[in-house]
Amino acid sequence: MDIDKRLRELAARLAYVNDVFGPKGGANHRLMNSRLGEFLDRRSAMDPDEQLRRLIQLEDLFAFLEKKLAAELTPMDLVRIVRHPQRVCLKDILENVYDNYTEIGGKDEFSIDPSMLIARAYFTRRVGERVVNQSVMVIGQEKGHGEEFRNGGSVKPWGNAKALHYMRVAETENIPVHSFVFTPGAYPIEDYPGAAQQIARNLYEMAALKVPVICVVSEGGSGGAEAVALADKRLMLSHGYYSVISPEGAAAIEAGLRLGQKAPPALADKCARLLKITAADNLRFGYVDRIVPEPALGARVQDYDFFKLLRGELIMATNEVVGAVKGMKLFRALAMRRGANREAFEVENIFMRWTLNAKARERLVLRRRRKYRAMSRKARLDGRSVLRRAWMAVQGAVWGINSFFRHDLLGKHRRRMQRVMEEIGAEAHLVRERVGRPVRSFLDRVSGRERLASDEARQRLTRLSRPEEGLCRPEGEWAYLSPKSREDRTVTCPNAETHGCRDLWAPDLYGEFAGVCDCCGHHFPMEYEWYLHNVFNYSPSREFNSEIESVNPLSYEGFGLKLEQAKKNSGRKSACVTFETEMQDVKAVVAVLTATFRGGTVGAAEGEKFILAAERAMSKRFPLIAYVHGTAGIRIHEGTHGVIQMPRCVMAVRRYIDAGGLYLVLYDTNSYAGPVASFLGCSPYQFAVRSSNIGFAGPGVILETTGLETPPHYQGAYQALARGHIHGVWDRREIGRNLYQALMTMGGRNLYYR
Amino acid sequence: MLNVKGLLEDIKASPYEEIVIAAPHTGVVEFAGIRPGDKVQGRSGTWKEKPGTVLAHLTREKNRKPLCAPEKGEVVEVHVELEGRFVEAGEPLAVIRHFLTRKEVIELILKKALSLFPAPEKAKYYFVPEIDQKLKVSGKRSVKLRDGMEVFIVSRMKRETVLPYTGPGGIIYSVYFHRGDNVDAGQPLIGVCPEDQLSLIQDVVTKVQSEWEEVE
Repeated sequence: MDIDKRLRELAARLAYVNDVFGPKGGANHRLMNSRLGEFLDRRSAMDPDEQLRRLIQLEDLFAFLEKKLAAELTPMDLVRIVRHPQRVCLKDILENVYDNYTEIGGKDEFSIDPSMLIARAYFTRRVGERVVNQSVMVIGQEKGHGEEFRNGGSVKPWGNAKALHYMRVAETENIPVHSFVFTPGAYPIEDYPGAAQQIARNLYEMAALKVPVICVVSEGGSGGAEAVALADKRLMLSHGYYSVISPEGAAAIEAGLRLGQKAPPALADKCARLLKITAADNLRFGYVDRIVPEPALGARVQDYDFFKLLRGELIMATNEVVGAVKGMKLFRALAMRRGANREAFEVENIFMRWTLNAKARERLVLRRRRKYRAMSRKARLDGRSVLRRAWMAVQGAVWGINSFFRHDLLGKHRRRMQRVMEEIGAEAHLVRERVGRPVRSFLDRVSGRERLASDEARQRLTRLSRPEEGLCRPEGEWAYLSPKSREDRTVTCPNAETHGCRDLWAPDLYGEFAGVCDCCGHHFPMEYEWYLHNVFNYSPSREFNSEIESVNPLSYEGFGLKLEQAKKNSGRKSACVTFETEMQDVKAVVAVLTATFRGGTVGAAEGEKFILAAERAMSKRFPLIAYVHGTAGIRIHEGTHGVIQMPRCVMAVRRYIDAGGLYLVLYDTNSYAGPVASFLGCSPYQFAVRSSNIGFAGPGVILETTGLETPPHYQGAYQALARGHIHGVWDRREIGRNLYQALMTMGGRNLYYR
Repeated sequence: MLNVKGLLEDIKASPYEEIVIAAPHTGVVEFAGIRPGDKVQGRSGTWKEKPGTVLAHLTREKNRKPLCAPEKGEVVEVHVELEGRFVEAGEPLAVIRHFLTRKEVIELILKKALSLFPAPEKAKYYFVPEIDQKLKVSGKRSVKLRDGMEVFIVSRMKRETVLPYTGPGGIIYSVYFHRGDNVDAGQPLIGVCPEDQLSLIQDVVTKVQSEWEEVE
């Protein structure tokens, strides 16, 4: 019986090698196959002892050849390994790493989303004579072993919402969160709560989650991974990958393929190499803290040594995070530092209670913030000189101190005085009215005079508008005119067939009409300069950090040239423009993502500029407005340097909002993927210009990954409004007024302009 | 009385409809290389979101617009003499022969033979109990309707009202809704045909179903 079982295991190993390496397995695979076949043929002729001896030989041969193959693993092989049905899944980890667990809210397919698994689990530890259970909240994607209902670990929006719910529960119960990333990416549908918006919400919450979060990455596919991966300590399995996009997706984009076409495997292989997705790469970049070694060809269900190792790593990582913020640790801190290089079982000797007091919780969030703030320094080019940087740091500190004195220290007293005066004034008004009114009415009656409002005031309130006094929309209203308005041609509205719109003359459309069809109200795309000058009162002298430059940090083949081209064409060094402005006496910081620079994609430079803008707005106590002229997502050519901007920027936003700021987002044209799923989607006030599209993935990707066809205008602004993703749709001609209205009526504590 | 058989004969004699593609407005014509005999596709996709085959481009004021085939069919005539010339609105450019599908033929016949009674508002519809009973016991062809007869119960937002039938008298030929379904405004509820034509219509429809050959 035992031999049968071991033979089945060998057959599974053989199939695994074939699946992972395919024809590349070549001689090794053939040898394994023939030896196993030989054994099976001759088995009946052998006595049991001989069988066992031969079997052990065969197993040794398999182990040897697997090691040999492991030395030649390419990044694309790793992708195949993590997606293989034999790979360990979260359920295996719960069974083998933790001592006990209860799955919450789901049993196989009977779950709101079977691809998101939540469990309360504990480690049983011996401390001297006592036995202690240390509870954690386990949250992660469950790939299963090829079950269809798991969707391969693609979590639907409501699955991520469930994860968020239990992160909050963990916070309430003051227990650490262990999150496991086993996802090729999020399931890209827009139904409420929305793929992008829910990931953004998760990130926003995790940015200030007051319990330790330890994350283990096996398959980290972009946005879907980020939904649970913002952690204090990130471990990565040695055969895992963490990437901005699947190599096949990158290959399809590189080859410029249309819907339904498959990228050639060689190109996917090349993209996997160029994207630098392996654990070693990510450790080098600083996006993971430690690598958990796996067996030769990746961890599978029977690799019990691996589970033991992972258990040790998880305990150690949690101890480290807790130890870093806890007061009393002494020898344990020392032991922990040394423990990093020790065997896992030694780690079990270090016991630390994982509950944190209020102060330690604050420190934890602060440390997390600092950790992410320091990331991806090398992935951008900061053109500012050392002196200038020092000067800006000093400036920032001065603004901070100034704001503190003006608004917090003195402002507090002033506001208190104001409130007192207000109260006194209201009392006095009431007394004046009570006493004065009878006297006034008596005097009026005696003199026979009727109190009337002035003629002018009455006129103003009652008269109709007079077109002869001027046009309703004055000519020359726009300070900036689109160059498209200088072309002598007509343009057809895309709604002409359904709404009967007439052709529009370009000078009218792009000039006076501000790119809006006068019949149906369709908004034609306009240049971002139009908004800079007509809405945001942009002045080049008030732009800051324009020296921060996008580079090609992965030396991605051919991308350097494309980047140079983009810089030359746009005259900018990155897709993000940040400046200070004043709109109707309200000072604000504006960050613009321009669609003309590499599709408005966000990389390390854009992320940094956005964070600096948020920090500036915070220290100066200004509102922060993000105007998204268009963004295609995270810049794939920057790999994880791009993806990491999602948590980084969200942390900056969270810090700004927590400090009392007003963060407002305005979408235009097309906004998709990463940025929407992070620092844009987490804003409590999001608006869109009419005829814009807001979504997670384009219709092609949705069809490719889910097989669902999407109706036209699936991601249109009004659809997004109906689904609750955004909070208003604005007409382009009204943006200035609406923005002012929003600044006057919405927002946090620090709005001193009101 | 409607001659259903004659109608079918007419359709059979010319099993297609000819669609004249005319210039929607003035402009310079540029044909997209179509020739008589070419097959063209109409709008397609789940939501008819994909336009049909491009037949020509019309340029007015530097604005080049495509003219697409509205239906699937075969090009029978192209006014090639207009290539590169300025045309007035309404000028015929090409003719497409669209062969009728089985569904279209049945629709055409039923549209002429039946009187459809549409739902006046989006609501749930039921038959009044007497008619409902009759329908269940002896089938839909057993119910005779006349103008003003109370036939339906409209149920919307927990409010139920009786809806009388209006239209020519006859018997219920087909019911287009199920009990308790939400029916959109304008959707047909029932189709009514004159009593004497019932068997004739049934025959013709079955005939079309089984014999009509769709031209690819």
